[in-house]
Amino acid sequence: MTTVAVKPATMGQALGRALRDAMADDPAVHVLGEDVGTLGGVFRVTDGLAKEFGDDRCTDTPLAEAGILGTAVGMAMYGLRPVVEMQFDAFAYPAFEQLISHVSRMRNRTRGGMPMPITIRVPYGGGIGGVEHHSDSSEAYYMATPGLHVVTPATVADAYGLLRASIASDDPVVFLEPKRLYWSKADWNPDAPQSVEPIGKAVVRRAGRSATLLTYGPSVPVCLEAAEAARAEGWDLEVVDLRSLVPFDDETVTASVRRTGRAVVVHESGGFGGPGGEIAARVTERCFHHLEAPVLRVAGFDIPYPPPMLERHHLPGVDRILDAVARLQWEAES
Amino acid sequence: MTVMEQRDAYRPAPPPAWQLRTDPAPLLPDAEPYRVLGTEAAREADQELLLRLHGELVRGRRYNTQATALTKQGRLAVYPSSTGQEACEIAAALALRERDWLFPSYRDTLAAVARGLDPVAALTLLRGDWHTGYDPREHRIAPLSTPLATQLPHAVGLAHAARLKGDDVVALAMVGDGGTSEGDFHEALNFAAVWQAPVVFLVQNNGFAISVPLAKQTAAPSLAHKAVGYGMPGRLVDGNDAVAVHEVLSEAVRRAREGGGPTLIEAVTYRMEAHTNADDATRYRHDAEVEAWRDHDPILLVERELDARGLLDEDRRRAVREDAEAMAADLRERMNQDPALDPMDLFTQVYAEQTSQLREQAAQLRAELEAENDAEGGAGRDGAAR
Ligand SMILES: Cc1ncc(C[n+]2csc(CCOP(=O)(O)OP(=O)(O)O)c2C)c(N)n1
Repeated sequence: MTTVAVKPATMGQALGRALRDAMADDPAVHVLGEDVGTLGGVFRVTDGLAKEFGDDRCTDTPLAEAGILGTAVGMAMYGLRPVVEMQFDAFAYPAFEQLISHVSRMRNRTRGGMPMPITIRVPYGGGIGGVEHHSDSSEAYYMATPGLHVVTPATVADAYGLLRASIASDDPVVFLEPKRLYWSKADWNPDAPQSVEPIGKAVVRRAGRSATLLTYGPSVPVCLEAAEAARAEGWDLEVVDLRSLVPFDDETVTASVRRTGRAVVVHESGGFGGPGGEIAARVTERCFHHLEAPVLRVAGFDIPYPPPMLERHHLPGVDRILDAVARLQWEAES
Repeated sequence: MTVMEQRDAYRPAPPPAWQLRTDPAPLLPDAEPYRVLGTEAAREADQELLLRLHGELVRGRRYNTQATALTKQGRLAVYPSSTGQEACEIAAALALRERDWLFPSYRDTLAAVARGLDPVAALTLLRGDWHTGYDPREHRIAPLSTPLATQLPHAVGLAHAARLKGDDVVALAMVGDGGTSEGDFHEALNFAAVWQAPVVFLVQNNGFAISVPLAKQTAAPSLAHKAVGYGMPGRLVDGNDAVAVHEVLSEAVRRAREGGGPTLIEAVTYRMEAHTNADDATRYRHDAEVEAWRDHDPILLVERELDARGLLDEDRRRAVREDAEAMAADLRERMNQDPALDPMDLFTQVYAEQTSQLREQAAQLRAELEAENDAEGGAGRDGAAR
């Protein structure tokens, strides 16, 4: 009888393993960023890659984000498949011009002649006690840029699968890594055949009948916790983990909301101009006649990210989610 | 003193031990732009090269005047002319081998054309029927870059990738004097030097960034001096002296090819026309200044040398002129035809695989086009509606 070694692994380890396997499978995959070599990255995701593949495959670059992404564009032009690491969400901003003016539109402007298979890994979100500029949720900026895919895992297994799929994609992917889930653990066997689905599919994390929580990344575990707590109130909540913000899986989302008739979008990013507005609009356009209540949003406040000692008041938590669920016009039913 | 002797001579009291990491002296540009034409050295210039440069310069000038004329006829949306800068454009093209890559800016369509690209394809961006009118990989010409200096890190990345693969490829990246103030210029040069990438940066200092003169752009002794800060050589060259630019560029390309790393070249030239056809240069410069440069025209400089050698008889002049006119006539004729447009192209190649969101939007546009077609009795405005 064979036993499969299933040990607890962290999301950070699964991401590192995905990079390692991608590099082993394809010599075109190059990792570059700040401190990704000898140190293994500030979150240790690239630990061991420089040792195994050499400095030319896992490169400590000069400290300049536009330069990192800009040179990655040139490397992709030459047929490589760069994976760049931005050290923190807020430090990816210097690379915006390259991202928006070149990475996102290179395929289109060259009629497919020069695709950009670049994965841009960005640790994002709060809840780790980070001081100013270390906790931003910048997904709305990326979502608003045509030509990019925007992907974010919430589980250890997805961290592996989605990162492999992103690296394999012939299009640029902004791969948002929820910082506070880096140390989250799950039983995961890195050596078992891993399912690598193409990006763009949401998944129902918890089936329920009363209402749907639409969420992604760091808010997925919070929503699952809220769903458990909601049982005491008599609500059976469904939780959909979007996984991919672009492309957006209208099908899974629409099917869920039509089934439950109620929806709350939950994310850390600010509400005004945030992803929730787009999601709520899409749901309303597609599910209007199935809705028992307006689609609500539970988001971060529309403020600069707060200092660590105050961040818990900003981040959507179980209580705030349950308050929103309570406002989904249940009176009409009784 | 050799580098090593110089290092030995410099012994600060420890701690900390400190020494310069490279001797800056060999990296410094000359105090004056390097010139060949009009100097003693001109006699050494290769005759074949002189004749080739002359033909290309005359063609290049004609290309510029033709493209400018096309803006007046509404056939180009805009044209940033390289009139007066043809020596740099031509030399950039000639300094490269087929396997090398060119990274042009919006002003450098002539360099792309001189490299062999069909002028109609080079002008697609400026006509506005698409963005990049050619396959960059086929021609090894990156898309014309409009956001200033953003093409420079691309050149570095590509050169670096080629070197990692062991390929014999050099990248030549072009940028204007204004572009040197951008952060991407700094980052590209820094990465190039750290990686010792086989890349050559050609700055055409044409005196202006639209209306802003160089004095408001930098306090550096010259733009070429900036190289020293990155640990690469800087070269200062007369950008209107086609032989000198060709020599300096070829030398830098050879150095890069042989593993010597990047070079920054500042070519001093002058933008004879307004920034684009939409600009009014009289608001920020005097005609007298422009006139003064006419005597230092790149074509004139080569012709003086050819004349001195008795190589520029009437037959030669006519042959060169006719070649340029033929190119212009062909360009004019083809640009005077309306480009074929298919609005449905808007949705192709946004992603490798169209998203469901784009599929919906494409269907919407298709329906609009069909309705338009029906209303106009089947004759769609843009033609090819499917
Ligand atoms: C990032 C960016 N900022 C501003 C512009 C608008 N712009 C276009 S050309 C130009 C002047 C550029 O001058 P220079 O780099 O000297 O090149 P030249 O046009 O003289 O060839 C400006 C400001 C731009 N294209 N990109």
